[in-house]
Amino acid sequence: MVTIDDYGNYETAWCPGCGNFSILKAVKQALVASQVKPHEVLFVSGIGQAAKAPHYLNANVFNGLHGRSLPVATGAKLANQKLTVIVESGDGCNYGEGGNHFLAAIRRNIDVTLLVHNNQVYGLTKGQASPTSAEGFVTKAQPQGVPSAPFNPIEVAVAMRASFVARGFAGFIDELSELIQQGIAHRGFALIDVLQPCVSFNKVNTFAWYKERCEALPSTYDPTDWEAAMKVACKWGDKIPIGIIYRNARIPFEGHFPVLRKEPLVGRDVDQVMLKRIMEGYK
Amino acid sequence: MILNILIGGEAGQGLVTLGQILAKGLVRSGYSIVVTQGYQSRIRGGHNTFAIRVSTGEVIAPQESVDFLVALDKDTINLHRTDLSPKHLIVCDEGFGTDGDSFLKVPFKELAQERFSNIVALGVVASLLGLNEALMARTVDDFFGKKDERLAAENHRALAAATRWAGTRPTSGHKLAAVSDPPQRFMMNGNEAIALGAVSAGLRFHSFYPMTPSTSIGLTLAGHAKTMGLIVEQAEDEIAAINMAIGASFAGASSMVATSGGGFALMGEGVSLAAMTETPVVVVVAQRPAPATGLPTRTEQGDLEFVLHSGHGEFPRAIFAPGTIEECFHLTRSALELAERYQGPMFLLTDQFLADSYRAVMPFEVEKLSPASAGTELAGVKAYKRFAITESGISPRLLPGVTKQLVVADSDEHTEDGHITEDLSVRRQMVEKRLRKGEGIQAEVIPPDMEGETNADLLMVSWGSSKGSVKEAARVMNSQGEKIATLHFSQVWPLVPGQFMSHLESARHVVCVEGNAFGQLARLIRRETGFHIKKKILRYDGLPITPEYIFRELSH
Repeated sequence: MVTIDDYGNYETAWCPGCGNFSILKAVKQALVASQVKPHEVLFVSGIGQAAKAPHYLNANVFNGLHGRSLPVATGAKLANQKLTVIVESGDGCNYGEGGNHFLAAIRRNIDVTLLVHNNQVYGLTKGQASPTSAEGFVTKAQPQGVPSAPFNPIEVAVAMRASFVARGFAGFIDELSELIQQGIAHRGFALIDVLQPCVSFNKVNTFAWYKERCEALPSTYDPTDWEAAMKVACKWGDKIPIGIIYRNARIPFEGHFPVLRKEPLVGRDVDQVMLKRIMEGYK
Repeated sequence: MILNILIGGEAGQGLVTLGQILAKGLVRSGYSIVVTQGYQSRIRGGHNTFAIRVSTGEVIAPQESVDFLVALDKDTINLHRTDLSPKHLIVCDEGFGTDGDSFLKVPFKELAQERFSNIVALGVVASLLGLNEALMARTVDDFFGKKDERLAAENHRALAAATRWAGTRPTSGHKLAAVSDPPQRFMMNGNEAIALGAVSAGLRFHSFYPMTPSTSIGLTLAGHAKTMGLIVEQAEDEIAAINMAIGASFAGASSMVATSGGGFALMGEGVSLAAMTETPVVVVVAQRPAPATGLPTRTEQGDLEFVLHSGHGEFPRAIFAPGTIEECFHLTRSALELAERYQGPMFLLTDQFLADSYRAVMPFEVEKLSPASAGTELAGVKAYKRFAITESGISPRLLPGVTKQLVVADSDEHTEDGHITEDLSVRRQMVEKRLRKGEGIQAEVIPPDMEGETNADLLMVSWGSSKGSVKEAARVMNSQGEKIATLHFSQVWPLVPGQFMSHLESARHVVCVEGNAFGQLARLIRRETGFHIKKKILRYDGLPITPEYIFRELSH
């Protein structure tokens, strides 16, 4: 029986009131609800305040480079598909620096849960625009306001028919935890974009701002209807839909490799007989 | 007898197919070969060459002069006219119009349909070389597979017609002496040997982004992935390729990436990540002329300094530079083994010449690599520390998910248990721990290969793919009464001065032979030892170093 204590309780380097605290809590709740043991989980993260999250729980951790957590997670999952692999990093890491890997992960449908702490700003480097910052958002780096249009990850993921696309809000911890749990259970790539207030550098998209707009999808909503999902995915403004926006049952990436049918790659010996036979082909 | 056969033509004429089948026929008949493949990029597009230097004895280097020119198009004759040796023969279509004693004009259209003209050329050349027709027919079948019986029959017909026709011609003096009881050998190029060496050493994961001349490593591995139980993934870019390999390796799958200079430039941060997280990974850099896109299909040895200094920060590494196909196989194994034992990035530097150079090699012993130390439960350990400080710098390695211990790694500076830290005394300890692994790597360096007398008049220093050319040049000159020695580095980092300084100091003259414009090994030797090799033979026109090139440069 896995309990919340198994995942530990650590001091963090985050600002008091940061949305990361709630996300961390939701993650732990989801792991307990999924009954995954700490040694069965691998957290992969990049660089940023969100990317520090895996340091604050008991699990296997690979805290790699900025933007590159998805390729690391992909390699690790292929090496040992028994691991529950969760990527936890921010909007800059996944949608900016690692944009190409985000697209590739959706195409592959690798069985990895991507948890994006999306606060629409760069926190660790102290307040520059992120790929999801609103047009006109003023920062010290963009004193005349952000000149580019924001990236809508949900819209892109649904358009690419990612197999699990959800949006959560750090303020709704139980609902977020439920989404993470479903993302972990999903066989394939699961994107969970988590709206998260940044108390230090984003004075526009505050806790109150999100709370006023975030609205759970109705229970009648069918996330397998792609056309309906595209419409929901485009919604951003006075109302921001929360919940599982789209899902399908595409074969996960690992399912395409016959060599992974039975056992993971890790721990296998070289098949000397087969290798000799292959070598004979060069005669 | 040594012959250099050059097949030239346009892309799409089946020139490589013809070359590969002929080369295999020669190897199966017991001859030794060195293949050089290339594009003549000084001429308008689409002129390919496949040169086979063949000998009844040992042959270790390419040759520039052509004894046997197989011209699949007219341009080939014009382009290679100045390369022809005095004993040359030109095999070409009767319609090409040129005449003379040295032409053998083949009625291609009479002998077979146009789409079998490369088989006709093969039959004519094989016959002139004295190769056994049945052996050649079998080699053709092995190449195309026997599934399509009609195709096989057509091939046999074309081959037989060509052989019959060639038999009616006067002998050309290009017949090779038969090798009795030829040993069974492999025909393999550098990239294939790297791929197979890696598999034999336990490779489980290869990620790559296609880039000439490294791509066929990935293709060879992909071809054997299902049977050998490995994953080969074409990544979205080189950054993803190396990070995927690091992820797979962290989770316990022995990993390798392959690329060329430009792709390797993108991998730089990943190299540094592998060093910091102490994750084994082998990086193969198949060099081609640069900067930037350079000459994509040509050869160069211009990335030694780049690979040596790649990745920000300070960490130990080993760089191997195979000089033969056998070394491609064995040094790839060494690189994988060092990567696993010292837990970090290790490198293999080859180039287009060696990557594409088919040779005859004795079958490899596929004995097992000693099992990796990773993944076993450490007895009595309560809380595992992935980066435990040890005397050797090597920390016991566990794999995530394989035991109940938690494995934590960080690209930030970290504590022994892998968590992010800004404790500056820990920083100091961790730097020293990582660098201590370098002492172990240093103690295992493969000494350079010294051939000849230590007090030679001239010592030629070289590294990587030019090994055969440099040795042959020295042997030829020694047979003419000179006193020349060679010192070849198949591992170019770390350098251990004690292994070679006495050779450098006792030779009357020293010259460094390199396929680049800086003389990068010479600079490195000077930096590490203070010994200044002033004389250099450098080649940076995109072609491999040959014995003839060395003779020309020495005569200046």
